[in-house]
Amino acid sequence: MAAVEGKAWCFGDNVDTDQIIPAERLVSTNLDHLNDFIFEKVRPGFGPQVKKGDILVAGRNFGCGSSREHAPLSLIEAGFSCIIAESFARIFYRNSMNIGLLLVECKVDASEGDKISVDTEKGVVRNETTGKEFTFQKYPPFIGELVKCGGLVNMVKEGKL
Amino acid sequence: MGKTIAEKIFSEKSGTDAKAGQIVIADVDYVMVNDVTGPIAFREYDKIGTDKMFKDRMVLIPDHYVPNKDVASAEQAKEMRQFAKKHDIKNYYEVGKGGVCHQLMVEQGFAAPGRLIVGADSHTCTYGGINAFSTGIGSTEAAVAFATGHLWFKVPETIKVELTGKFRENIGGKDLIIKIITDIGVDGANYKAFEFHGPGVANISVSDRLTVSNMAIEAGGKAGIFPCDDLTREYIKDTVKGDYKAVDADPDANYCRVLKYDLSKIESMVAFPHLPSNGHPVKETDVRIDQAYLGSCTNGRIEDMRAAAKIVKGRHVHPDVRFLVVPASQKVCRQMLDEGLMQIFLDAGAFISGPTCGACLGGYMGILAAGERAVSSTNRNFIGRMGDKASEVYLAGPQVVAASAIAGKIVTPDQLEGC
Ligand code: SF4
Repeated sequence: MAAVEGKAWCFGDNVDTDQIIPAERLVSTNLDHLNDFIFEKVRPGFGPQVKKGDILVAGRNFGCGSSREHAPLSLIEAGFSCIIAESFARIFYRNSMNIGLLLVECKVDASEGDKISVDTEKGVVRNETTGKEFTFQKYPPFIGELVKCGGLVNMVKEGKL
Repeated sequence: MGKTIAEKIFSEKSGTDAKAGQIVIADVDYVMVNDVTGPIAFREYDKIGTDKMFKDRMVLIPDHYVPNKDVASAEQAKEMRQFAKKHDIKNYYEVGKGGVCHQLMVEQGFAAPGRLIVGADSHTCTYGGINAFSTGIGSTEAAVAFATGHLWFKVPETIKVELTGKFRENIGGKDLIIKIITDIGVDGANYKAFEFHGPGVANISVSDRLTVSNMAIEAGGKAGIFPCDDLTREYIKDTVKGDYKAVDADPDANYCRVLKYDLSKIESMVAFPHLPSNGHPVKETDVRIDQAYLGSCTNGRIEDMRAAAKIVKGRHVHPDVRFLVVPASQKVCRQMLDEGLMQIFLDAGAFISGPTCGACLGGYMGILAAGERAVSSTNRNFIGRMGDKASEVYLAGPQVVAASAIAGKIVTPDQLEGC
């Protein structure tokens, strides 16, 4: 399905959507540069440091809070290829998978800057820097199909929903 | 094995024998978007490239940044207005006829028992208070629901909450839900639904039930559902659109967890920054405030205004406090006027505005400066939620907000003597 590799950026538990992108940035004139604002209140200057393909590693309940799709959108625009967290908040999970941001639910030991690879086919995350491997549950068939289609809109276009 | 309310509604709407854990495709009764989430949905809808549109099921409500807070939000609100015009969407609520989206969904009769309702706003779970399965979704999903009338759902497991007893005076739904979230944590119900049962339910007003269901999401919950009883039927009888069918759980339904609360033991609660799970009994706290905010989809109903007005009547807002009163809809405004509540708040020195989400999400009209503290009847106290990242939001019910506005610090109404 998908194999990605990138540099880790580490966050803790309960990272909420107001931290990812503050409410005052949610206007349609910002839609093509949301990445300028990610984590601006908690890690000022973060957005531009992210390189295409980087991976965000977090703890429990990542993405809790509002239903703003701007949150996963801004992370995609910033360049993240994948978010790995011990658990995700429900609406964030749906939003991300629906718009093609890859999420992996897995507890991973990583330090900032470690090289991480993800193989969704095998259900394995590997910390290439430390050599440690972590396994995760594969997606249910419907979610797998959603990932394969690259999101919900494509799925509808292909007549699969 | 019997079914939970969630399993029953998803079975009915998907035409399958839905069980917790399964993914189903289900028909939605209504899909709501607001001025923040709508514009993305409209773009995604256009990308689908279909001429099908389930117009009668769509509800468009500008509320977050209207009346327009600045040029960018004016553009955004315009996008929604134009989309409604272009596609001839009847259920669009212009400034002056509307209010906060969740209040309108109930007040205008879209929400009703047994319905499956989605909204591109996380507090869509509010309508569980009147026995609907309602839940927050994203904008792309809303677009798909516009085009197809259905969506994918994972049928959630359910936490049963058994309630006994009766709230003491000046205690309500907000105190109960802060207590529950504090007990189970902000992800204690992630991917799960709550169902409320027991003899205590009949002692909770529908308005208080809506408050409880509104904050199910603050424990990660997908929904928080109350049974439909006489109070529910009475509450919606004049406004509900169309027929509805109440849904109750089977006695042998399967629950992943059972919680029990005696309502008579619930105290006035306040959730400290920066999580709704940082609840403390108000009497154990000592916090000075700069602002008190009464409003939002959580506690901006007429019942909340009445409860607060009772406390404020004949008293004066503390000189160091700005007390903002923001009714959740045009209808609530009118009721306040008719019942003389506007007078009470104005006499006390409160600022009253028309309905809007306003400062609840740090939008405008009540933003906090660095170091400032607000006690607020809203539902989130995340870092920077109502303003500067170094400001603080303390969540409480309308009675505590009103009492605190008078006292200048967070107190319960019975700590007010002499103020
Ligand atoms: S009042 Fe606050 S919580 Fe409710 S819909 Fe508006 S912004 Fe969201």
